[in-house]
Amino acid sequence: MPNETVLTMRGISKQFPGVRALNKVDFTLRKGEIHALMGENGAGKSTLIKVLTGVYGKDAGTIWIDGVEGEAHIHSPQDAQNAGIATVYQEITLCPNLTVAENMYIGRGEGLLVKRKDYEKKAGEILSTLNIPARPKQQLASCSLAVQQMVAIARAVDMNCKVLILDEPTSSLDDKEVQMLFSLMRDLKSRGVGIIFVTHFLEQVYEVCDRITVLRNGELVGEYVIEDLPQVQLVSLMMGKDLDELNNMSGFERKDKSAAEVTYEAENLSSEASKAFDFRIHKGEVNGFTGLLGSGRSESVRAIFGADKVTGGKVKMNGKSVHITKPYEAMKNGIGYLPEDRKRDGIVADLSVRENIILALQVMKGFFKPLSRADMEKFADEYISALSIKTASKDTLVGSLSGGNQQKVILARWLLTHPDYLILDEPTRGIDIGTKLEIQKLVLKLAEENVSVTFISSEIEEMLRTCSRLIVMRDRNIVGELTGDQLTQTQVMKTIAGGEAS
Amino acid sequence: MTVKNASLPQKRREPLTDTQLLMTITICIFFAMYALAMLLLGGGFLRPQQIFDLLNDNAALIIVACGLTVVMIGGGIDISVGGVTSLVVMSCVLYLNNDGNMFVAMLLALGIGLAFGVVHGLLVSYLEIQPFIVTLAGMFFARGMTTILSVNPQKLAHEGLNALRAVKIEIPWLGYIAKNGNLIPGRIELGVLVALLCVVVVFLILKYTRLGRNFYALGGNQQSALMLGINVKRTRFMTFVISGLLSGIAGFVFMMHTGAGNATNAAGAEMNAIASSIIGGTLLTGGVGNIIGTFFGTLTLTTIKKIVVTSGLKDPWWQSITTGAMLLFFIVLQSVVLSNREKHNAKKKDSSAVKKG
Amino acid sequence: MSEMKKAMKKSGNIGQLMIPLIAFGLLIVFNLIRDPSFFSIETKLNNTGNTVLAGNLISIINGASELAVLAIGMTLVTAACGGQDISVGAAAAIAGSVFVKIVRGAADVNGLTVILAFLACCVVAMIFGSFNGMLVSVFRIQPMIATLILYTCGRSIAYWINGGATPTISSPITSAIGSFIPGVPIPTPVIIVAVMVILFNLLFRFTTLRLYTQAVGINQSAARLNGINTTMIKLLSFILLGVCVSVAGCIGVCRLQLINHETLLLDIEMDTILAVAIGGNNLGGGKFRISGSILGAYVIQMLTTTLYAMKVSSTDVKAYKAIVIILLVVIGSPVVKRWFTKKMGNLRGAGLRRAGAKEGV
Repeated sequence: MPNETVLTMRGISKQFPGVRALNKVDFTLRKGEIHALMGENGAGKSTLIKVLTGVYGKDAGTIWIDGVEGEAHIHSPQDAQNAGIATVYQEITLCPNLTVAENMYIGRGEGLLVKRKDYEKKAGEILSTLNIPARPKQQLASCSLAVQQMVAIARAVDMNCKVLILDEPTSSLDDKEVQMLFSLMRDLKSRGVGIIFVTHFLEQVYEVCDRITVLRNGELVGEYVIEDLPQVQLVSLMMGKDLDELNNMSGFERKDKSAAEVTYEAENLSSEASKAFDFRIHKGEVNGFTGLLGSGRSESVRAIFGADKVTGGKVKMNGKSVHITKPYEAMKNGIGYLPEDRKRDGIVADLSVRENIILALQVMKGFFKPLSRADMEKFADEYISALSIKTASKDTLVGSLSGGNQQKVILARWLLTHPDYLILDEPTRGIDIGTKLEIQKLVLKLAEENVSVTFISSEIEEMLRTCSRLIVMRDRNIVGELTGDQLTQTQVMKTIAGGEAS
Repeated sequence: MTVKNASLPQKRREPLTDTQLLMTITICIFFAMYALAMLLLGGGFLRPQQIFDLLNDNAALIIVACGLTVVMIGGGIDISVGGVTSLVVMSCVLYLNNDGNMFVAMLLALGIGLAFGVVHGLLVSYLEIQPFIVTLAGMFFARGMTTILSVNPQKLAHEGLNALRAVKIEIPWLGYIAKNGNLIPGRIELGVLVALLCVVVVFLILKYTRLGRNFYALGGNQQSALMLGINVKRTRFMTFVISGLLSGIAGFVFMMHTGAGNATNAAGAEMNAIASSIIGGTLLTGGVGNIIGTFFGTLTLTTIKKIVVTSGLKDPWWQSITTGAMLLFFIVLQSVVLSNREKHNAKKKDSSAVKKG
Repeated sequence: MSEMKKAMKKSGNIGQLMIPLIAFGLLIVFNLIRDPSFFSIETKLNNTGNTVLAGNLISIINGASELAVLAIGMTLVTAACGGQDISVGAAAAIAGSVFVKIVRGAADVNGLTVILAFLACCVVAMIFGSFNGMLVSVFRIQPMIATLILYTCGRSIAYWINGGATPTISSPITSAIGSFIPGVPIPTPVIIVAVMVILFNLLFRFTTLRLYTQAVGINQSAARLNGINTTMIKLLSFILLGVCVSVAGCIGVCRLQLINHETLLLDIEMDTILAVAIGGNNLGGGKFRISGSILGAYVIQMLTTTLYAMKVSSTDVKAYKAIVIILLVVIGSPVVKRWFTKKMGNLRGAGLRRAGAKEGV
């Protein structure tokens, strides 16, 4: 039973203009296993998934699915559904204007009419067995993002699918919700469903998966049983090089900067989205905000930058009282902000790399003082090479770059403004390990150059490596501040969870 | 069933969806406005015939607005509806005046509407051309063809159909006593029945069929609709087909009402239909809207015009200025209501997230 | 290598203008075959004793002036707001009425009064533009819906300004604006278009309007977080469209020397949006090219003039126009483009393979 295959893909190739996204990739999924699909950004994971779900057509290769006679032809998501493949994407792919029950049943089944009552009853049962806090008749838009994600999973569960694809479903969930999802996955596994799990979180892979398939640059690296592949080796397989770089961080030291001058100071700062809080950061200091999703860490830094409507508080920059209520004022006072959601708030996808890099500097210079073409080219060239941004040219549209390179472009944008204080909200989310390390190093280098940096990351390890002071938040309040010896994983966890903080 | 159940003990009513909320506002305002007119203006507004007249005069507009609502729910726009209506009127009149058959004329009307719908649908959904441009060209084509058929107004001279036109449903107990003492019964034209039938059918399609729900999904989020396994192209194609078909029906109803073909028939009907849909709570962004709302939207739009005329502002420009003012009122109201709601939802999300943390 | 890159860049830039250029080419060839004299340009004396240029080509360029001016503003609004203003015709009628009212009110019409009248109608048009812009930027209403209001009641407001009449103006200055300036053989509206184009070019040159507008149109949220006042940019696009509306309105009034609030620039909003679309601009906002829209305007006018020259009656023109428009947008549609690129890619790929095979040998 456990070795019975449910899905076989052989020799899958896919070409995009100028890029070979997949080159003769094989993939095998067995009944009742959780199979991690790993690889860095641009390795071809999403392309493989989208070929399987019929979003993209494949150029070559064959797919067999258990229960489908002969070769499976999947040309649309509908074909995939009919073949027993259900998918939950990282971004919510449900319709916000419909009810929860409708979202679970739309696009499925036969017949002319919708059986609303039936759907609502069945949806209610499934939601309650899965313990999802949503009502069938509720409009989806009124649910939180996490609940919406759960509804998408409930939909997949109800389809009695043979193959369930989870494409980075955990990036918007907090720990508790992740555990709920995992128990759900184990439950489905015991019912014989084959699950493909795509994620960037290595710990999660080792917690729940049975097998790992690694892709790199559109090619298959190999398929491994989880016990045979230590985490370190997995990383080196994904990156295609040794892990020496991981240890290169030792060249930098976290320094206690609490004696240095204060760069930024806020008293009772509050915005529409955040409660009032006090905060200060010193010259050359790297600090972090940590806490669970929804604890208010992002909202707090957004308040500092004026990204949400500021409702009160006093702010001082380099000792002088300043007025910051909008992003423009923050920028004028030497603050830069790399937003949490790169696609929504960061890149301007249809503009070139060059225009994206100079955007913030241009805005600071003012409406009536456009940069000369020569200056723009110079700045773009300078930062493309300084951050080693991989792009065909500086006129390439930024939307066509990989996630990590897009993030570097936004970093370049803010570095170009030479800020005194740089806020980085999740700069390493969803990007590959190589780029992650580069960004961490860059943060420490900036600190050496006396720039104050606030660094936020979901991975505590990463923050412990870079920050010399951690501010811990819970329920939109600051509940602790950790420095020096307190900067250990256990202490951070304890403080986040409550109990005896510091 | 060991878990403490979060969903089953819900006996309380769900909050209104966006669609229901906007529709409710429109219906309330319509009745308030009409009641006010009855109180302040009296006269015709006290007679049921006033409503019948509104329906008689605007049956075609109601039908056209239904089609447009469907397209708008799907996230598109169809500005050819007025043009198609006028082309249908002219073709049918010319055909009937050449000793045509009544039933063939009906088929002709449906056929022209369907043809426009199919072409628009093909171009928009399968060739991915912007709906505004496609239907703009459709409007140009229909209007141009109308004048090519005949620049001069054509009077309907077909006996059978003229006889049919004369048929009116009389409801004595909803009539009134005229000055000379005669009872004038409430009169409803056949076209109104057709319009009401269209409203009911489209309502049923939108609410109870798979296709109808797919329209909403498409307008709500096209990408999601695709991922949920909906055939997005075919669904969008169908919105335009329905709209085209209804324009054809509207053309026939229009002809029944006016009994003549004219190059300027249904001039501006597309904009009136769009206005009706908007007042009825349909959003141009798609995914939100309701036929009952559109029906009352049309009535609201036409009632305000009637009120302006009755209250003695006979200059033609008063009508369009009040219409504009009313549109402004509704559009701003909807914008405020929806953005408040969004804020409310966002707050709720925060608090639920906090609870979990 | 760099040569090749440059060439590729150029072709990329021209890519957007492909459709209007192809349309232009086709129309020219068609007319040459039909009647070569269509393009003849001659000089003649007009009834005021000026030596002026005449001919179909001149009348096309002249006749498209209002359309071209409006297309400039419409492109900006489209780019910034991702929607179109359907009230430009009605707003132009208002602007024209204000212009006429002031010119007629003046004791004697001299250059100063005309300039004052123009400035006044400019201000009025900008106010109405801001009204639309406020609805779009502050209340976040879709542009088409927001401008539906002014579309509905704009011409009635114009009617009210001049008390319902269709007053005429008669002054050598206004007639010079509408036709020819003594001693200049080129129609004045053409010169006005040129001036507008230069002004907008200067605007793009000396401000960051283009970058800001595109950023707002592509990703509003990111633009805001980079310090761009998105509300202001959207409002500004509508105000600039207001300026274009007033210019177009004045040209229209001066051409006829009277204001008819019902027919002045009737249905021009549709043609303007069409010009923007034919110019290869995405009606959903984002990147834009003014030159494309202007070219689009001339294509539309050339098409109309060609049809008139073929003795198609003015009411029937629309039907033929529709067919040509559909052909154009079908050629420019994403699906056809993708198909075309794929074919080209296959050809190129085959070429490369052949070259590779040769090297291998």
